[in-house]
Amino acid sequence: MKKKLVVIGNGMAGARVVEEILSRTPDQFEIVMFGAEPYGNYNRILLSNVLNQTQDPTEVMMNPFSWYKENHITLHLGVKAFKIDRTKKVVLGKPLSPEAVPYLHDEKFATQEEMVVPYDYVIIATGSRPFVPPIEGWGQAGTFLFRTLDDCHSIAQYSQKCHKAVVIGGGLLGLEAARGLLTHQLEVTVVEAAAGLMANQLDQESAQILKRTMEAMGIRVLTSMKTSKIISNENKISALGFSDGTSIETDMVVVSAGIRPITEVAQASGLNVNKGIVCDDQMRTSDFDIFSLGECVEHRGKLYGLVEPIWEQARVLADIVTGVAPQAVYMGSKTGTKLKVMGVELASMGEKDTDRIEDEVLVYRDPNRGIYKKLIVRDNKIHGAILLGDTEFADTLMQLFMREEAVPQNRSELLFGFVSGAALVKASDLPDHAQICNCNGVSKKQIMHAITENNCSSVAAVGGKTKAGKGCGSCRGMIAQLIEDCLGKVSYDASEHYYVTGVPLEKSQLVREIQTRGLKSVSRVFEILAQGKEDADSKAGLASLLKTIWPGEYEDERDARFINDRVHANIQKDGTFSVVPRIYGGVTTPDELMRIAQAAVKYKVKMVKITGGQRIDLLGVKKEVLPLIWKDLGMPSGHAYTKAFRTCKSCVGTDFCRYGVGDSIDLAQAIEYRFQGIESPHKMKLATAGCPRNCSEAYVKDIGAVAIEGGSWEIYIGGAAGSTVRKGDLLCTVKTQEEVLAMIGRFIQYYREHAKYLERTYGFVERIGIDILRNILVKDSLGICNQLDERIAQAVAAYKDPWKEADIPAYSGQFEGPRLIEVLREAENNG
Amino acid sequence: MKKRFVNIGPIDRIPLGQGISFLIDGEEIAVFRSRGGEIFAIENRCPHRQGPLSEGIIGGGKVICPLHGHKFDLATGQGGEKHECVRVFKVWKDEDQIFMEWPTAKIKPQEKDCAMVGL
Repeated sequence: MKKKLVVIGNGMAGARVVEEILSRTPDQFEIVMFGAEPYGNYNRILLSNVLNQTQDPTEVMMNPFSWYKENHITLHLGVKAFKIDRTKKVVLGKPLSPEAVPYLHDEKFATQEEMVVPYDYVIIATGSRPFVPPIEGWGQAGTFLFRTLDDCHSIAQYSQKCHKAVVIGGGLLGLEAARGLLTHQLEVTVVEAAAGLMANQLDQESAQILKRTMEAMGIRVLTSMKTSKIISNENKISALGFSDGTSIETDMVVVSAGIRPITEVAQASGLNVNKGIVCDDQMRTSDFDIFSLGECVEHRGKLYGLVEPIWEQARVLADIVTGVAPQAVYMGSKTGTKLKVMGVELASMGEKDTDRIEDEVLVYRDPNRGIYKKLIVRDNKIHGAILLGDTEFADTLMQLFMREEAVPQNRSELLFGFVSGAALVKASDLPDHAQICNCNGVSKKQIMHAITENNCSSVAAVGGKTKAGKGCGSCRGMIAQLIEDCLGKVSYDASEHYYVTGVPLEKSQLVREIQTRGLKSVSRVFEILAQGKEDADSKAGLASLLKTIWPGEYEDERDARFINDRVHANIQKDGTFSVVPRIYGGVTTPDELMRIAQAAVKYKVKMVKITGGQRIDLLGVKKEVLPLIWKDLGMPSGHAYTKAFRTCKSCVGTDFCRYGVGDSIDLAQAIEYRFQGIESPHKMKLATAGCPRNCSEAYVKDIGAVAIEGGSWEIYIGGAAGSTVRKGDLLCTVKTQEEVLAMIGRFIQYYREHAKYLERTYGFVERIGIDILRNILVKDSLGICNQLDERIAQAVAAYKDPWKEADIPAYSGQFEGPRLIEVLREAENNG
Repeated sequence: MKKRFVNIGPIDRIPLGQGISFLIDGEEIAVFRSRGGEIFAIENRCPHRQGPLSEGIIGGGKVICPLHGHKFDLATGQGGEKHECVRVFKVWKDEDQIFMEWPTAKIKPQEKDCAMVGL
């Protein structure tokens, strides 16, 4: 009969140790897991991404429920194990009531009925809970911890009605919480009781540099401040008070001030508990049949809160409990971390400071760039290191530190690498158990297995198999090295270079095939170039390309278009649409404004928003209303929904501005009239500036024209101010407005013909290189400028205002909403 | 056992290669007509963030949600993510009319590997 194994805790440690056990002996145990949180198990390290919305909750889940099912694990979710009865050998649990906070010592149970689960072995992996310093007023509405998915959700929701937020705790999580809140448009202050930020990782000086960097990002930092109370006004938080009597205004308070092990179940069961649950080198507690691992454990007097040591504990525990390697021991871990805090790279290992006179301390400072590197060498080995702002050689340092290897005589190599830039430690030299991916805890051995046994020959394939490289991505270089050492070269998924995934051709080949075979519709392309296999992912990209290749002749199949392009409006999260009429150069009239206002009232739009592109957005419009509102507006489409020329912003130019040297409004309007609706691989946002003061932000647009003294225009391309920020490259300087229009048209056409689908101009310009683009588009090194000019002129001539479809829909049902259907008849089941 | 049917109307009511949505008994259903002539019916709301699947691009037996690109098999309802799926309904063509089988019991959220939908 199978032995019964009960795991208390379904967090990263609990699930990890079960994975380790299953990988050794898939059938040895009948496994039961208790999880106090109502979810499957998720990667807590990525929680701040959930808060700042760069990742969806579903993306941080580590083991889907199917994993438990496939491995025949009984999972009791939302159930708290509160005691192990060691004489009867049973674990006792009770379901928590839905409003209970799982990690608090909170005994809100849904029922008093006990769940009794017999065991042969128990593993306690209860983890830790956030520490809340004694603060008067804690616990009222608007106070939050930052620990679980639910916390993220509540913080994000509550922050919507706040302007100011305070995060108490300047450690890694606190700063991550601050970053998350910043993305919700709040004024954020971080309060730290210690003298500096990230006291576990940084010394005083680096903490100062980090503080300045944080402040430059818009976060206020207060250090050496002890919070004493939360002050509220009419049941709403209004301020935070400090022990020195001062206070600051705030609407909400998030506490992230460290963690404490959760040990109640061990205590209630009579196990030896000190700061944490005391374990020996085999991860056994004071009871022979009960093991423990993770943040709840105290091992040789130390507590661990990082992934890597805990993964090591999981390996040893699995070796012991399965009997696969009864001699396995865990000797404790040297800890080092490499992380990104608010986009600032940081690596820290060992000690931060030393007072031993014989230690060597090397420090390099570059405060201007926010870089600080410090190394403490003791007995020719790394005793501690801090790398802030530049962690290029952190992997090497970390491996030398972990393996306690002698460091090179020329110490500067440690901080700056070899002059040749070669890494000191090669991935191939690392031992098998060395952890390569710290985010997902993947060892070299697992990666090698994926490469040699599962034939993974690209970084992406290794990631697909092992999850390595899918967290912060900083180990991707190491993974590539391993693949190269093993297979001789790193392959790239050939499909990465296809224009679209469903047609196995690069863009240039695809264009040639389409032209020579005269393919004018998306379905024809599938038929001829993809063996008739239709691919949903490829349709929109092909439609865009065909329209570029065959202006005016393209056979428009509406099913190949994304919904936005079917109904000429941008779909919103609730399924309604946004309507943005074209306002040439951002210049409107009282008459237009009145029509917009009347339409907004008449159709009860949910929000009227001035956009960043100097236009007006009417939000919350139902599909069936679109044609009506367009007619009432009597303005053309602003194309704010498609991969195409969007808008051209301008400053007030020469008519009124005291500084303007070029008529930016006239130029912006001319640009918009000419290029409106021109489709392209991705959207294009333009601007013109009347002088280099750049009020209209032309330097960071896909294309920007900036007037300079003497009446000339500088044309910049490849700028960006979205998730990527990049100043455009100067393509050329021209004298007249007509020349500006010609150059812009030429670049747009080249971009349309050569960029990959969904490649923005900043990626395109960087990929091709500004020098090469200048040669092609200004010096005409390929002799194609005339053809580019001709083809863009054809595209311009083929422009039609899509909102004209208000009068004659392109197909029946184009603007219809859900249709009501009644259940008509009942019949005998006849198959 | 009795079964209930719904007459959805003539096939050409659905634009070629697209889907439209219907409200039946308070439930939103998306019905698609592929370029190859097949008909599919699935629940209209994406389990991820309730995107209207009827507005998605279809092809190769899949639909892509217009909001965040989650994909679903039109025949089985299985999503690209292991834990995501949508319900599918039996549909067929009779003459030029489309019919769909409609469950007799009120539709409940399925006991499926999608318990995390509530997240």
